[in-house]
Amino acid sequence: MTSTADAFARTREEGRAALVGYLPAGFPDVAGSIEAMRTMVDSGCDVIEVGLPYSDPVMDGPTIQAAAQRALEGGIRTRDVLRTVEAVAATGTPTVVMTYWNPVERYGVERFAADLAGAGGAGLITPDLTPDSGEEWIAAADSHDLDKIFLVAPSSTDERLRYTADACRGFVYATAVMGVTGARTSTSDLAGPLVARTRAVTDLPVGVGLGVSSGEQAAEVAAFADAVIVGSAFVRALLDAEDRSAGLKALAVLTEDLASGVRRG
Amino acid sequence: MSTTPTLDEPDVNGPDERGRFGDFGGRFMPEALMAALDELTAAWHEAMADEAFTAEFQRMLREYAGVPSLLYDATKLSERAGARILLKREDLNHTGAHKIRNVLGQALLTKRMGKTRMIAETGAGQHGVATATAAAYLGLDCTVYMGELDTERQALNVARMQLLGAEVIPVSSGSRTLKDAINEAIRDWVASVDRTAYCFGTAAGPHPFPAMVRDFCRGIGDEARAQCLELTGALPDSVVACVGGGSNAIGLFTAFLQDESVDVFGFEAGGDGVDTERHAATIWAGEVGVLHGARTYVLQDEDGQTVESHSISAGLDYPGVGPQHAHLAHIGRATYRPVTDTAAMDAMALLARTEGIIPAIESAHAVAGAMELARERPGSTILVNLSGRGDKDMGTAIEWFGLGQASSDGTPEPATEEQIAEGAK
Ligand SMILES: Cc1ncc(COP(=O)(O)O)c(C=O)c1O
Repeated sequence: MTSTADAFARTREEGRAALVGYLPAGFPDVAGSIEAMRTMVDSGCDVIEVGLPYSDPVMDGPTIQAAAQRALEGGIRTRDVLRTVEAVAATGTPTVVMTYWNPVERYGVERFAADLAGAGGAGLITPDLTPDSGEEWIAAADSHDLDKIFLVAPSSTDERLRYTADACRGFVYATAVMGVTGARTSTSDLAGPLVARTRAVTDLPVGVGLGVSSGEQAAEVAAFADAVIVGSAFVRALLDAEDRSAGLKALAVLTEDLASGVRRG
Repeated sequence: MSTTPTLDEPDVNGPDERGRFGDFGGRFMPEALMAALDELTAAWHEAMADEAFTAEFQRMLREYAGVPSLLYDATKLSERAGARILLKREDLNHTGAHKIRNVLGQALLTKRMGKTRMIAETGAGQHGVATATAAAYLGLDCTVYMGELDTERQALNVARMQLLGAEVIPVSSGSRTLKDAINEAIRDWVASVDRTAYCFGTAAGPHPFPAMVRDFCRGIGDEARAQCLELTGALPDSVVACVGGGSNAIGLFTAFLQDESVDVFGFEAGGDGVDTERHAATIWAGEVGVLHGARTYVLQDEDGQTVESHSISAGLDYPGVGPQHAHLAHIGRATYRPVTDTAAMDAMALLARTEGIIPAIESAHAVAGAMELARERPGSTILVNLSGRGDKDMGTAIEWFGLGQASSDGTPEPATEEQIAEGAK
């Protein structure tokens, strides 16, 4: 397993931000999502986030909802998500899972941690689990040497920022806007201050997500963050493409644009 | 024994500081909402300790909502049942259900917090109509999220909300029903939390909603307990309510939880039957999981994906349940059983014809449950929460019973599709 710490050590050495790319597993189908994520790796993503599609994704906007729904309609299972992680992690690029909490609890927290580690996964991003409710996950992650990536938000108090960052391993995920996932045309002016406040309480890398869709925005965010996290724009590239090979091409072009963005920042 | 407990009287069954009822409840929510939930919790605690707030809440209930509702001795139904059945007439409240208590409480709190907008989810439209009503009454902006399927099935309630000045937004994601409307309302709230309060419609969701909604609804049981003592000179042997998310039920139960002699029963929507996949009997058939911010019983598949629920009654058609009910079931203080669509509709007709009261189909589940208990416990006293009136359910009744057109020999005939559509307009 390659850890996110390795990726951040490298990008720090190169004096740039990391590019973290998200796609839901099983979209358009399991094999298709693996191929898409490998394309993102080949075109310049430093870390891959594999989304576990869930029936009630309260933090996601219409684009990711639509992709997750397609994956669920296609019959995606939790074990398929782990299979996807295995295939992507095999590239040597650190691979984390992004999931709402109930599927993990249902799978069994300890069993999930063991199987994720077994698949070569580097850790978990938990959008609806905060450290307050995370004892079981934190214990399981620690015993399997997995990253625990909790979210901070512009509305987080300084006290909660410290509390959350203290519970993180790998990096801290800063949600740059008050709102759900979805590409936005301008970057949020809440992101910079949030990163600064987070940096004040932790030495961990701080990644910024929610809204980035172009190399130009990536460069803006890379100027103040350790990682630029992109999701909806990748999903959109696949959704808008006429067929699969066009989708992969669009994905490669977008990744390259974003990858050059994080190097300009 | 005090018969009029104050609103802020602590309840032995929780929640604890983290919003947990035993192993249930808590707060599984995005970090972006944690500050808002903390702010809400603090504001609610302060308000409940503020006599001016509770007095104003009681005044609104009394002067605007028609509370306290009657406790009605249903002698004709009792004769049929073989047990004494008392009906807590929440159907007589303004807007026709217990829900007005919760929304007036939350709307008043919204104003106190200096917010200017309320959002809500709604299934059949009852909570949406109640929220739109409270928003109109207190001068707040109001947006209601409603599953697209439900907006089509409940056009009349969409119109009521619109007439009250609310904006109704159809939700086309997921199963396009109540749970998806909740998801969409949460998404709105994340983006608008500065000026917006989420007026949650039942005693479920993340802390503090289960406890806060309970406290706003607990007048049902506080009143009923005193009314029952006055009417019969004793406590009831059992108290009965239908359970969707659980607000009318916990509103009734709370006053009786410490009364050891009183048995507590919740009736869930059994739909086509709990041996089929088409039901909403969450406690009966669900397994412990996390949905909409709380650990509770959830209808879910092997992978933890929420399964769609089914009930003839939109207000009970929810795949989760309030965490305090999960706890009460777990510790055995309350018993939860399913009632099928058919049994509920039979009870609706029975109550209409014996007592001249047309109940909401939700409440008809409680009446059906009471009839079942009466057979098991003849001669006992059963206090039933008649949580709402049935006007909103006439479309369903027309189809189910074949009503709506009179023929020359007096037998009812089903209304035509066109007539139903005309009525909905
Ligand atoms: C009349 C009535 N009773 C009961 C319910 C179920 O909700 P709860 O379980 O929160 O009381 C509803 C919901 O719409 C309702 O309208």
